[in-house]
Amino acid sequence: MASTSPTRHAWRVLLGLLIVTAVLFGINSLGVYVFKTDAGKAASAWAPELALDLQGGTQIILEAATPDGSAPSQEQLNQAVSIIRQRVDASGVAEADITTEGGRNIVVQIPGPADQQTRDRIQASAKLEFRAVIQTAAPATEFAGEDGKSTPYPTPDASLQATPTVKPTDDSDPNWVTPKLQAELLAFDCNAERDGNAPEDEPLIACESDGSAKYILGPMELDGTVINDATAGREQQSGRWTVNLEMDAKGTKVFGEISQRLNANRLANLSPRDQFAFVLDGKVISAPVMQAAILNGKPSISGNFTQESAKALADQLKYGALPLSFTVQSSDTVSATLGSQQLQYGLIAGLIGLALVALYSLITYRALGWVIMASIAVMGVLTYIIIAILAWRMGFRLSLAGVAGLIVSIGFTADSFIVYFERIRDELRDGKSITASVEDGWGRAKRTIYISKSINVLAAVVLFILADATVKGFAFTLGLTTLIDVFIFVIFTHPVMQLLARTRFFGGGHKLSGLDPHSLGAVYRGRAQFRDVTVGSTGRAARAKGARGEAEKRQTIAERKRAESFAAYGSKDAGKDSDS
Amino acid sequence: MFSMNEFGNNLYSGKTSFPFVARRKLWFVIAILLVVGSALVPLFRPVQFSIEFTGGSQFMVVDPSSRNQSLATEAVRSVVSDATTKVVIVNDKDVRVQTDQMSPKDTQLVKAALADAFDVKADEVADSFIGPAWGANVTRQSLWGLAIFLALTFLILGIYFRTWKMSAASIIGLLDVLIITVGIYALAGFEISPAAVIGFLTILAYSLYDTTVVFDKVRENTAEDVNQTTRTFGESVNLAVNQTLIRSINTSVVAALPVGAILFIGALWFGAETLTSISLSIFVGILVATYSTLFVAAPLYAAFREHEPALIAHDKKVMEQRERSAVNA
Repeated sequence: MASTSPTRHAWRVLLGLLIVTAVLFGINSLGVYVFKTDAGKAASAWAPELALDLQGGTQIILEAATPDGSAPSQEQLNQAVSIIRQRVDASGVAEADITTEGGRNIVVQIPGPADQQTRDRIQASAKLEFRAVIQTAAPATEFAGEDGKSTPYPTPDASLQATPTVKPTDDSDPNWVTPKLQAELLAFDCNAERDGNAPEDEPLIACESDGSAKYILGPMELDGTVINDATAGREQQSGRWTVNLEMDAKGTKVFGEISQRLNANRLANLSPRDQFAFVLDGKVISAPVMQAAILNGKPSISGNFTQESAKALADQLKYGALPLSFTVQSSDTVSATLGSQQLQYGLIAGLIGLALVALYSLITYRALGWVIMASIAVMGVLTYIIIAILAWRMGFRLSLAGVAGLIVSIGFTADSFIVYFERIRDELRDGKSITASVEDGWGRAKRTIYISKSINVLAAVVLFILADATVKGFAFTLGLTTLIDVFIFVIFTHPVMQLLARTRFFGGGHKLSGLDPHSLGAVYRGRAQFRDVTVGSTGRAARAKGARGEAEKRQTIAERKRAESFAAYGSKDAGKDSDS
Repeated sequence: MFSMNEFGNNLYSGKTSFPFVARRKLWFVIAILLVVGSALVPLFRPVQFSIEFTGGSQFMVVDPSSRNQSLATEAVRSVVSDATTKVVIVNDKDVRVQTDQMSPKDTQLVKAALADAFDVKADEVADSFIGPAWGANVTRQSLWGLAIFLALTFLILGIYFRTWKMSAASIIGLLDVLIITVGIYALAGFEISPAAVIGFLTILAYSLYDTTVVFDKVRENTAEDVNQTTRTFGESVNLAVNQTLIRSINTSVVAALPVGAILFIGALWFGAETLTSISLSIFVGILVATYSTLFVAAPLYAAFREHEPALIAHDKKVMEQRERSAVNA
């Protein structure tokens, strides 16, 4: 009997499970040992990544809004995320996680507490400004002193003159540069933290966004709202990449005046006062030289652009054009102690729950309880490794709600086995052999499991799509474990049952096996009463037939109660043949 | 001696049978009373919404040496003199302070003041701020989720079972579960928090899952009715429910055990508010869902269908046959 085809089939399926598991572990070990993150660390880990509520940290949820209060477009939101990422990075916070959520929210997660300055900076609104360049400098904050050593520029003295002696005539006028501003420029560190946006009517010190230069800029002359469109394109003659702007009426007029002034400066060789700067969130994203007076409101910027860099600048100008303001929707700080406490409670609860389920399964299903436990163990291993891989590939973080989802899933998972085992027992009660019951019970149980688990997955998917971050974590683990549950049910539990049914202990219906036909009230109705079961595939029923004869010999005479019951409700068998 | 196996055998054969369908009028009256009762709970016990729904600021001082609540009130007053504060000891060792919405600056000051008052490090004071729009957003999203989920489920079950009556019975059973669970939850005096909402949504999934398993057996048994004349339609439904009764009991026990463990841990150490909040709603919901499938959804399905002409004809045939065999006997 050992080489009958269900046995071989079962071994083959179990081998498949082993391979799938090995492949999953292989994928994650690639992440751990081969792939590196940009920071040079391992891309994945063997332990699941923990969300903020378990490892401690700060979560700030911001709502982005345009000046008229409307929801920003997806592009604007992406732009906002990259602006906030720059701000957080600039404040020296490592590994901040910034994502969009639900079309208008931005979720900023920072490990550890966030100080007020960081919070203020994150919250500041983002605005694109046009300012004229007055002076440029190298990014260095040190100079070679008389002794040949490099010395940092001194912090500007508060007593230095801060107001222009001569009133500046235009926004490119060098009279804006006071001695204090001059000293500040030299000491200005492009990597240092800065607070929010500069006043619009005052000069500003700003750095090139890649930190390659420092500028003193004049007061704001236009803001980004005048930009109607910005596109990347190729210049017809040279084939170079350029960024083309289109301004509205007000922008056309004001920009025309600026361009005339700067162009005159260029002709007079007053560099760098022939440049103007696009300032986004306190950083100069581009500072081109004015080549001509542009009166049609359609300037184009050329330079050493690649297709990507031209596109990137066009996007920054276009989507950065509208000022975005951010309001804090919620902010949460969880101390590391509280986080690890919660995780600890969760794990203890999970273990106790597991032990209780094991105990109950063993009492109700005797030795079959071990099949439940083994299935849950396999499930645990698969879930663990899949979560580790998802942490790497999708940035999945296990939250407290996620842990709850996992614990809850222990019970929900065990249910698929209960449905299956009860089906097997029903088949035994109908007087089938154990091997036949395992097959026929499977045929019926799997259909029930498929439909009911799809409802569960559906719920998880709907929750995941619509819910906010907390609910998402829960929906995700619940959906994931349901899928893994069905997978294990097919690829582990069923083949294991097929194999066990052929052992003497289970197949023989030992008292402790949980499959004892005697105690299940199995009915022997004589050979003629066994009909060809048409449930599932006839092939499978036929296969099981051989085993049947053997089982019949062991079965006892029918109990009278069964016969009595027929009087009231009729034989179950009457309809059995017509069953789908 | 009572044995679970024997009980199962008797249920399967029909020797032991609980009148889920036959006594359905009684069950429906009980269900309606429970639903009305749950709906009346807020009248004498106003539902508490957590800070996530009302908006405000919250501080947690983790494991301070002193648990003097007035220390917290004073600390908050020292920053904002007219603040309304609600101080609670949670976990039996942590101090939770809820206030009106505070400006970011005041939040930092209160944090420092609390750290000072309770002699802990400032890092160990957790703070949350929730804007007033937040809870409304969460609620709206949840309701949308609920509506879309119900519509999809109605469709899928309708297609799978090939009758909208099973869909309708499942969903009415589901609403029954939801209302009673929220009622019991509110009666226990628990705050409705986002975690509890997660719990309620899980209950939806579980309840429908549970009903689907039982209905699958109902479908199987009633499909036989065309060819047999020994059971009326209602009896077929009832037999199916009885035959899956052991499974229903085992499932709800096994599903409730781990959730109960979370609750137990929560009660023992009072820790992990999120976990306790989720698990209470799920624990209650699992038990109510099992009840509702047996006593509401299944009898309701029988009630929906018994007026169909084909089934009336079938039941009549069954009755006639039964009478004949009684005469013959």
